[in-house]
Amino acid sequence: MRLPLLLPVLAALSATPALADWQDTLDAARGQTVYFNAWGGDARTNAFIEWVGDRTEELYGVSVQQVPLTDTAEAVTRVISERAAGRDQGGSVDLIWINGPNFLAMQAQDLLFGPFVQDLPDARYVDLSEGAPAALDFTTPVNGMEAPWRLAKFVFTYDSARVDQPPATMEEFVPWAAAHPGRLTHPDPTNFMGATFLKQALVELAPNPQALQQPVTEAAFAEATAPLWAWYDALRPNMWRAGRAFPENESVQQQMLNDGEVDIAMSFDPASTAAAIDQGLLPDTARVFVPEGGTIGNVSFVAIPYNAAHAEGAQVVANFLLDPATQAHMQNIEVLGSFSVLDPARLDAGAQAAFDALPTAPALPTLADLGPTLPEPHASWMTRLTEEWARRYTE
Amino acid sequence: MTRSGAEGRTLRAVVLTVLIVAVLGPIAAGLWQSLRAGLGVLPAIGAETLSLDPWRALVDLPGFGTSLRLTLWTGFAATGLALLLAVGVCAAVHDRMDRRASGRLLAPFLAAPHAAMAIGLAFLLAPSGWIARALAPVMGWDRPPMLETVNDPWGLALIVGLVAKELPFLLLVILSALSQIPVRAQMAAGRALGYGRGIVWIKVIMPQVWPLIRLPVMVVLAFSLSVVDVALILGPSNPPTLAVRLLRLFSDPDIFQLLPASAGAILQALLALAGFAVLWLCDRAGRVIGLWWVRRGGRGLSAEPGLWLATGLATALMILGALAMVSLLVWSVAWRWPWPGLLPDSWSLRPWTGAGQGVTRALMNTVTLALSTTALSLTLAIAWLEGEDRGHFPRAKWAERLIYLPLLVPQIAFLYGLNVLVLRLGAAPGLVPVVWAQALFVFPYVMIALSDPWRALDPGLPRAAAALGAGPWRRLWRVKLPVLLTPILTASAIGVAVSVAQYLPTLFLGGGRVATLTTEAVTLSSGSDRRITGVYASLQAGLPFAAYLAAFLIPALRFRNRRALSGAAA
Amino acid sequence: MSLNLHDLSVRFGAGPLFPPVTLNAAPGTITTVMGPSGVGKSTLLDAIGGHLARGATVVGRVELNGRDVTRLPAEARCIGLMFQDAGLFPHLSVGDNLAFGLPHALKGRAARRQAVADALAQAGLSGMDGRDPATLSGGQRARAALMRTLLAEPQALLLDEPFSKLDTGLRGEIRAFTFAHIAKRGIPALMVSHDPADAEAAGGPLLTLSQEQT
Repeated sequence: MRLPLLLPVLAALSATPALADWQDTLDAARGQTVYFNAWGGDARTNAFIEWVGDRTEELYGVSVQQVPLTDTAEAVTRVISERAAGRDQGGSVDLIWINGPNFLAMQAQDLLFGPFVQDLPDARYVDLSEGAPAALDFTTPVNGMEAPWRLAKFVFTYDSARVDQPPATMEEFVPWAAAHPGRLTHPDPTNFMGATFLKQALVELAPNPQALQQPVTEAAFAEATAPLWAWYDALRPNMWRAGRAFPENESVQQQMLNDGEVDIAMSFDPASTAAAIDQGLLPDTARVFVPEGGTIGNVSFVAIPYNAAHAEGAQVVANFLLDPATQAHMQNIEVLGSFSVLDPARLDAGAQAAFDALPTAPALPTLADLGPTLPEPHASWMTRLTEEWARRYTE
Repeated sequence: MTRSGAEGRTLRAVVLTVLIVAVLGPIAAGLWQSLRAGLGVLPAIGAETLSLDPWRALVDLPGFGTSLRLTLWTGFAATGLALLLAVGVCAAVHDRMDRRASGRLLAPFLAAPHAAMAIGLAFLLAPSGWIARALAPVMGWDRPPMLETVNDPWGLALIVGLVAKELPFLLLVILSALSQIPVRAQMAAGRALGYGRGIVWIKVIMPQVWPLIRLPVMVVLAFSLSVVDVALILGPSNPPTLAVRLLRLFSDPDIFQLLPASAGAILQALLALAGFAVLWLCDRAGRVIGLWWVRRGGRGLSAEPGLWLATGLATALMILGALAMVSLLVWSVAWRWPWPGLLPDSWSLRPWTGAGQGVTRALMNTVTLALSTTALSLTLAIAWLEGEDRGHFPRAKWAERLIYLPLLVPQIAFLYGLNVLVLRLGAAPGLVPVVWAQALFVFPYVMIALSDPWRALDPGLPRAAAALGAGPWRRLWRVKLPVLLTPILTASAIGVAVSVAQYLPTLFLGGGRVATLTTEAVTLSSGSDRRITGVYASLQAGLPFAAYLAAFLIPALRFRNRRALSGAAA
Repeated sequence: MSLNLHDLSVRFGAGPLFPPVTLNAAPGTITTVMGPSGVGKSTLLDAIGGHLARGATVVGRVELNGRDVTRLPAEARCIGLMFQDAGLFPHLSVGDNLAFGLPHALKGRAARRQAVADALAQAGLSGMDGRDPATLSGGQRARAALMRTLLAEPQALLLDEPFSKLDTGLRGEIRAFTFAHIAKRGIPALMVSHDPADAEAAGGPLLTLSQEQT
């Protein structure tokens, strides 16, 4: 991919016209209502989106209406059914909170608007160079078709009042579970978080992690997953309900942790534990832990469907999400506590100070606590992995 | 033919046209889309070759057989058990059940939406739930016991959830059927011939009740075989029932999964058909065996314990249901509520105040939809019945069956196809398509609730009015509608309850934009905050409950000095 | 065979509906109960037969052939019941309605069919075995209902205005038919009626109920 390398140069050469274009976008966006299709299972995210709408309304005359989803794929299906009906303009979905396989599916079907990210003025705070986390979605180059907005990193949560020593590696989950039968589970792998648990183990256990960066092949899959299945077969009998039932998603599992039904929960948001304590959803003694070798991390994006009725407004919202002030507000544990996607090196002193001034909490890990960020396997692995899991463990 | 006869024909023709264009056509078109996609034809995603591959992919899903077995087992068991208990309860306590009082008792259960009750039941029954917390000190549990009380692989919790919700519906249906049968006289006749109460019930009363409740039982069966939200919350998770798997396929990132999903949607419709066939066979067999049994003349004085067992079980289920709703109410004002607390550690109104704007918008949408769908359905139903009166038509049985169609075809089988159709017609997703889609399901219930009281109206009243020179419209407005105020309000309350509970139609045809209490509650139930879910579910159950309350109070106030009308119907 | 009532009355909450009734109904006789509307004539029959609605309490005693049946459930009393709507079950054929009355002790398909056929013949309803009760005339219905009641071999019979829905011409005929069968069986019977002609034809004692003075 040569394009991302060229972009900064092009941007520098045509600075003034780009700004003028942005003014056009702002003008066109004024008065629009952006239908933001975003998973609605998290009340804090919903409240944050409401705040975003209030701000963009005030600043740009663009209002935001969240369309809460139980699963992001609902929005994809909606766009597909619109195309099925020949509705190539004026579509009902303006902006989608999207990741990985859903992005891949929409891109493969040409259902996305763009590239647009490089035209967003505040994209200058993001490291979009080739291979940078914000330019890759599950190892697939984003190519400006979706804009980053929040950082996700896989973490575990436990209640320090009940558990003295959580497992230090994925391998240690097996003896831990044997010592604490029935106290461990993971979300159903048809759910993103359940699949991530398997991927985390895969990344740690695979003989050659590099192979995971390539599209999956049968041979590579067999080789890479053999230790994973051995590990899982040893783990499963000691899991909650002997590994025959699973919570639907990570929120339900967090509730099970609160109810005392299991001892470990998991999340893609390192701040979620501190946030949940603050919200009364977890005991004060809940803490975050990550395996020693680090965990999978990725960036959450927003994308615009090809037929969006309010593409201009959607771009204004995508840009606002990248504003350093917005990102600092988002990282505030009292608001959302989601880590920023901006490149600290690109921030000016004022913006940096805003981040430094954010409050902290006992259950909020520092970046150092979180260890290294491991790359997501290529998206094709996830599909193959969940299929194989279902084949092996569905009775 | 008189002028009013011609008017009647016109009225009925209009209603029939509306029914065919707005009800049957769309269902057929939706099914057709699903059928095509299930056979590999969905041009939108570039699938254009007719093949059986989607069906193969469906059958090859891991655990497909288990899912199918589970679906059939839970669907039939829940329907059978609900029917058995409802009949048992009616047999045991019918003579001491005042129709009005029982209607009042059942209203909250009918008003509580499935999803809300399932969420509450899940909390009640879970190993860390209310019941376990109450037992914990006695049993010495410091941690939730390792019992599979919800999401169990046998689907028992799902069956309990379905029965708890269907039982009150069937009770109401049976009570209303009983009002058309001289039960007291027949009971006396049977007992005077030496038959025990239970046996008279089975041999004499039930065979007459059955034809009147067959369609509602079919509705319950079709629903139980295809339910999504309850199965998601209470059912087994790996593999889940067929309907849950279909929803997952419909929302799979790989859009080609739409093809096996559509095949599954058709399978779901076939399952319902097969269910009806089984019901029909049972009906035939029951008739033959029943006649043989009646002719033998066995007096059987011993059915009594069975009846009391049924009543006990039914009471236990109703208490479970009530506790489930109460638990949600408690959650909605809780702050910290960890195991093993029987009550929250700390209380707060923040779930109510914090939900703010979202709740208000959802509430407004829900009320708007409920009022407009109910008004539309009520108008259609009155037009239908009035058309019948003016044209002096007999009851058209075939037309009544058509009304039931939307309730008999599993929603998932045609709603996706319907969505494509609506978009193709160029209608924007929003309130209007949702009103229409909801009305598909609201109209049948309103019609069912209204038609019997309407037809039972003393024909002397309009005749007397006519003799006094009142024309057909005056007779309708000044005589029939006021006299039928109670049943009309009851039908409206049922309409409101059905509208509020609609999930899939609102989701699909609203393009996800029309947020109602139910769509929000189901979305939130996939999150972990039982407190917010409690807020939505309380409102969700409270709205229809308010409608039922109004249906009781308005006639009581309006006709406070008209004894015959102040509480004529349940 | 005799039916004895000892100080029998019925209470709904407050006071007794009618003054206590004491009666000795001899076998084969028909006692006619008369009195103003609403005095509780049907209630009296319900109390004897065991068909009282919930909330009503019986005071006094009912004895059938020396056996106290006051607390027994209706089905165990062996007291037959006839009322104005005949009470044939609409979902069963005429023959099956009669079969419904046959005692379980009579075993065998053929024997039971024969018993039904005989009873139909006695009632002048030969060949109407498979008929829908709704297609019978009022007189036929009344005769079929009586046969059904008698097939159950009751030891006493209660008649609650059994002829009031029949037109005058038919009434005499059905009355004669019914009374003849009661006489033949030699069982005591109690009949509620408004029609003095019924009482006259019954020829038995007359019991007049009056309002309880409170």
